[in-house]
Amino acid sequence: MAEYLVEIKNERLSFFTPAGEVKALNDVSIHLKEGEVLGIVGESGSGKSVTAYSLMGLTAYPGKLIGGTLEFNGHHIEKMSEKEMRAIRGNEISIIFQDPMTSLNPVYTIGNQIEEVILLHTDKNKKQARARARELLELVGINEPDKRLKQYPHELSGGMRQRVMIAIALACEPKLLIADEPTTALDVTIQAQILELMMELKDKLGMAIIMITHDLGVVASMCEKIAVMYAGKIVEYGTTDDIFYRPRHQYTKGLIRSIPRLDTTEHEKLVPIEGTPVDMLNPPAGCPFAPRCEECMKICLSQMPPVTEFEGCHYTQCWLIQKEEYEAEGQKG
Amino acid sequence: MLKYIVKRLLLAIVTIWAVATITFFLMNLVPGGPFLSEKAISPQATAALEAKYGLDKPLLQRYMTYMSDALQGDFGDSLKQRGRTVMDIIAMKFPVSARLGGISVLVALIMGIPMGCIAALKRGKFLDSFISVVATCGIAVPSFVVCTLLMYFFGVKLRWFPTVGLTSWKHYIMPVMALSFYPTAYIMRLMRSSMLDVLGQDYMRTAKAKGLSGFVSLFKHALRNAILPVITYVGPMLAYTVTGSFVVEKIFTIPGLGGEFIKAINGRDYTLIMGTTIFLATLIIVMNVLVDIVYKLVDPRIKLK
Repeated sequence: MAEYLVEIKNERLSFFTPAGEVKALNDVSIHLKEGEVLGIVGESGSGKSVTAYSLMGLTAYPGKLIGGTLEFNGHHIEKMSEKEMRAIRGNEISIIFQDPMTSLNPVYTIGNQIEEVILLHTDKNKKQARARARELLELVGINEPDKRLKQYPHELSGGMRQRVMIAIALACEPKLLIADEPTTALDVTIQAQILELMMELKDKLGMAIIMITHDLGVVASMCEKIAVMYAGKIVEYGTTDDIFYRPRHQYTKGLIRSIPRLDTTEHEKLVPIEGTPVDMLNPPAGCPFAPRCEECMKICLSQMPPVTEFEGCHYTQCWLIQKEEYEAEGQKG
Repeated sequence: MLKYIVKRLLLAIVTIWAVATITFFLMNLVPGGPFLSEKAISPQATAALEAKYGLDKPLLQRYMTYMSDALQGDFGDSLKQRGRTVMDIIAMKFPVSARLGGISVLVALIMGIPMGCIAALKRGKFLDSFISVVATCGIAVPSFVVCTLLMYFFGVKLRWFPTVGLTSWKHYIMPVMALSFYPTAYIMRLMRSSMLDVLGQDYMRTAKAKGLSGFVSLFKHALRNAILPVITYVGPMLAYTVTGSFVVEKIFTIPGLGGEFIKAINGRDYTLIMGTTIFLATLIIVMNVLVDIVYKLVDPRIKLK
């Protein structure tokens, strides 16, 4: 048994568009133990979803994996055929999508859509699959499961549909659940309920979760580890405490400064990160965050900083840290 | 459901009445009459004929008489085809057109749906472009050109198929090709665009994430959603196709109903004009109700009220 359930090493993935190559993932490494919750945060287009999707082989055309290894539960995802991938999808790795309103097929009943995945991956018969579907609906906290099984998606509310999506995802007791912004499309009270449900189910079923979000509040309450992504790179990685209390990268610091706090005074303004996200078709030569960084130095614009590791699993990629360490060493010597 | 059907039937009666009324007055507004011909007929003879068919009465009175007869199921005698009632003509000609049209619609569906799907799946590839060209031709080329070309190549040059009549299965091939060309092309285009739309939907990604094969995703999840626009189109199209095409019937010398529409209008065969128009209107209404019911079966979101 490998040490990690998920181990992505130096993954490179590009989208070959007519306008040119978009390096969506550039040297991304992630590892996750069984039962752990990893949060991936970052702005739109930073590669959060692509990282997770590539683990399921769901990267949409014209995306192509061009380097690195992806290991999951002993499988080498990058070497697997489409047919082998299908046996894993929905079975060992499941996913919950962002928008429950559109993620269920409108012309089939809830029961049909849950049973489908059970029939596909287990040798249960129709009757057993129905019983399991009913059990799953109860598990995700849907009342009157017998009635719901016969209903169509449009007859259910957004929160209920997301619960159904969770039921589908959990149908075959996956080892890894990917949650791609599962609460973004829901209103706040429902958001809390769904997150609570996910944590509860995690404890009950013991699966690992990769939580993709741009809501730092969500990761703070749910995740053990956090990867901060920017322009296809993990700019900082660490435990939740590392990221929230000891952020080292300027981008992480900026993200945390931009969260509204309960203890702010009325007239205090939130500090946004200035500038616009990187144009992924023409990424800067050096650190991708450099053009927006307040502390940008000359070297930041021309060279990508190396990885600096701290205690535990905490690491970042920033020239400022390199400079600090160099100066600290200078003082010592 | 039953309530809906009853409601639609009541509405249908109103619609058919409106169609009949408008047709009745419009056709009488058109100059000319059934008994005008190149040979001069004596005024007495014309007057006698008009009196026989009641054409000498005031328009409104004729309208009332026609409507009350029609309500009792009597659509009158043809004014031009002596000895035949309008019902006789429809009963004799419709089955011919219906069989030919029905086969053509079936062919159009069998060809159009898969080709549209293939074009969508192979978007931007050669096959897609090829199918698009065929579809554009099918929509742009008028049926008399298609008929003439078919007849020239398969009938005259290659001598594969007979060119006249409808006596064996071989006789059906060319008319069916001609009749199904346009609907096939139309269905292909409808299917392609709706399939492309469906393939981009989130639930298709869900299907893939469940581990379903491309085949199951396509047939179970995509097709049922993508076929909806085709159903909408096929209803009225079926009504038009089974009532025959004047052009195709004329060229292949087929004794169908399509020719009767035109003959009736040209000859001012008032009763036949009314009969064929009411028949077509009824068929279209029936087809639309059927489409609604099929729609409801395919897409549970549709509420029939």
